Amino acid sequence: MPFKGKAETFNASIATLDIGTGEKTIRLGGQNVLPLYAFDASMENPPRVGVEISDEGLEGYTPKLLEYYAGASDVVSIAKKAAAMEGADFVCLRLDSADPNGKNTSIEDCVKLAKEVCAAIDKPLTIMGSRNVEKDGALFEKLAEALQGENVLLLSAREEDYKKVGASGLAYNQKVGAESAVDINLAKQLNVLLTQLGVAPKNIGMNLGSAAAGYGFEYVASTMERVKSAALSQNDTMLQMPVITPVALETWAVKESIVSESEVPEWGDMEERAIHMETVTAMACLASGSDAVILRHPVSVSKISALIGALL
Amino acid sequence: MALKGLDIFKLTPKTNCKDCGSPTCMAFAMKVAQGAVPLEKCPHLSDAAKEKLSEATAPPMRTIQFGAGENEHALGGETVMMRHEKTFVNKCLYAVEISDAMDAGEISDLLSKTKAVDYERIGEHMYVEIISVHHDPAKSASDYVSAVKLAAEAGRCILLDCTDLAAAKAALEVCKDTKPILDGADAGNAEEMNAIAKEAGAVLGVRGASIDEIYDTVVKLEGLGNKNLMLDVTASSLKETFARAVRLRRAAIKGGDRACGYPAIVNTAKLAPGDSVTQSALAALFTARYGSIIVMGGMSYAQALPLYGLRQNLFTDPQKPMKVTPGIYAINGADENSVCAVTVDFALTYFVVSGEIDRSKVPCNLLITDAGGYSVLTAWAAGKLSASSIAKFFQEMDIAGKIKNRTLIIPGKVAVLKGEIEEKLPGWKVVVGPNEAVQLVRFLKDYQ
Ligand code: SF4
Repeated sequence: MPFKGKAETFNASIATLDIGTGEKTIRLGGQNVLPLYAFDASMENPPRVGVEISDEGLEGYTPKLLEYYAGASDVVSIAKKAAAMEGADFVCLRLDSADPNGKNTSIEDCVKLAKEVCAAIDKPLTIMGSRNVEKDGALFEKLAEALQGENVLLLSAREEDYKKVGASGLAYNQKVGAESAVDINLAKQLNVLLTQLGVAPKNIGMNLGSAAAGYGFEYVASTMERVKSAALSQNDTMLQMPVITPVALETWAVKESIVSESEVPEWGDMEERAIHMETVTAMACLASGSDAVILRHPVSVSKISALIGALL
Repeated sequence: MALKGLDIFKLTPKTNCKDCGSPTCMAFAMKVAQGAVPLEKCPHLSDAAKEKLSEATAPPMRTIQFGAGENEHALGGETVMMRHEKTFVNKCLYAVEISDAMDAGEISDLLSKTKAVDYERIGEHMYVEIISVHHDPAKSASDYVSAVKLAAEAGRCILLDCTDLAAAKAALEVCKDTKPILDGADAGNAEEMNAIAKEAGAVLGVRGASIDEIYDTVVKLEGLGNKNLMLDVTASSLKETFARAVRLRRAAIKGGDRACGYPAIVNTAKLAPGDSVTQSALAALFTARYGSIIVMGGMSYAQALPLYGLRQNLFTDPQKPMKVTPGIYAINGADENSVCAVTVDFALTYFVVSGEIDRSKVPCNLLITDAGGYSVLTAWAAGKLSASSIAKFFQEMDIAGKIKNRTLIIPGKVAVLKGEIEEKLPGWKVVVGPNEAVQLVRFLKDYQ
């Protein structure tokens, strides 16, 4: 008596999102099956792995990371090495130094750097702002203008600044990342608002929020699972946008990744811990619904990329 | 497939005697169909009817128990595919694999490293619950028994990963009292393995070259009267392993096919030998997607910290927020002279706030009040975080007696409470902290 289980495919699909141009374009989404269920039907476009770098350079990086980036003396050369990382599909430039409460780098300098980085790498670019609402509105406008034709993903438009960020994406033909904090209703509302501004759904990606494993990850998992379920089984077009999750941003900030070995000897090597925290969280995100994850460590990037390959 | 009320009614005596507490047999049948009343409430059912009904009303996935004493565990019994639909019932368990191909020194070393991972996180004991003992076909039954004996000494549950009849039988003789799992039945040996497992009272794990073969073997074993089973879904490729785990669980829960409704065993050490990072990622995948026992080549703190955290998150009841125990949590070596900061007992809040205080390296007494497990704003809105609740907490915990410092930082989101708290806690200086936990590092450093 053979096994009678049927494949589960849906009449609706996840929307596609292209980032980058020409040969360096990557496409996310397109599948009509639940995340990673390639045995039900093709995933169409595989989930992708991005590598994050900061405009503050290698500050706070661990020994093996420093070793990987050895010789990269400025952000542009760091970006080149990030793009060349085994398994890397795109680069995410974090403009941390733009934060008015930090170094407060000027918008002009940020734009100049972003242009240089974009020109130097052979992979698509996503850009994360200062995470300061006021600054980001103006910053993304100038970035979008300066990078016309590059089809970059702007991370992100939030409830507070979606008008400015959305309008910049719209005016200069860039992709807009809509960021909400583990709330399916807010995620949907933000997409509705962005489309009302005139941003086409195919130009929107979603960051549904992220958390490190152990730090309220159940909210991340359930939000993503509910979003995917509404997108596929209810054909909710305002929740069909691909999901991009900045994993490293969370995992490299938790205790498990930053407490030194001398403080908690039984925990062992700190960098090792950070790598496991990053890969475990990334895999859990991919299982729940991320169409792209943004990571930091070359080991995490290559292992996660290989696992995606093995699953499809 | 679940029976409808009418089908159940047909099997009752139809006497309407009311002994079950329901006015009529029909009313009783309806309640049983909804799962509101257990079948046993009717004392007059014939044995034949009982058997038919209990089979039909059983949940789609069986709960399988194994292990003895403090190592007793239950797996399975799940009713939904996603945690937001209801809740997951039994959290997955992690196993570390030893093999009779390792020498005794290697085994002891691995076991002691495994036992070293032992800690508590939000009231949950985190440790490796199971030791899996792999039998290498090149080794003898007595080699296997020696390895199993070493595993038994570790005082954890035992999983026998062994398809050889003689070795399995010999191993069970030395460990059957621990109620182990014998993961070794396949299409070729099902009858013999079944006899050995039944005699020893062990759960029987079923494997196969394909999902069809596993299914066939399960049907055969059920035909032999054994429903105390698990499914070893490990295949030669990750894609196939993942497909088996998902498809079998789905066929049970959504398709109502009980032959698929058994807990799944996944061996990450076979899928990614010697690669601990990949094994961690695989364990994360199967923790999220339908692995019940996840076997690994080892378990270091680097692996355990994220994995157990993930499991704790995913297996919490979505209806019940995770809580930490109210009290004084001294961080960064805080003492009676260190500043106090107050917040709620919602586990996520606690973790984020304590993590940020940690990062600031500023000694601080984190005061966790009983707020019903809600976040700051929700607790405030529900009246569970107020000047009175904080004052009550100070009194009950004798904070003023235990701590000499008289500065209290309150969450920025409830800045409005400042005046009222100062009124209720004379002598204390109340400082409004930041809105978001991430701003705490800077806040505490500046404050210091
Ligand atoms: S106890 Fe049994 S026979 Fe009596 S009313 Fe209830 S269901 Fe009917």
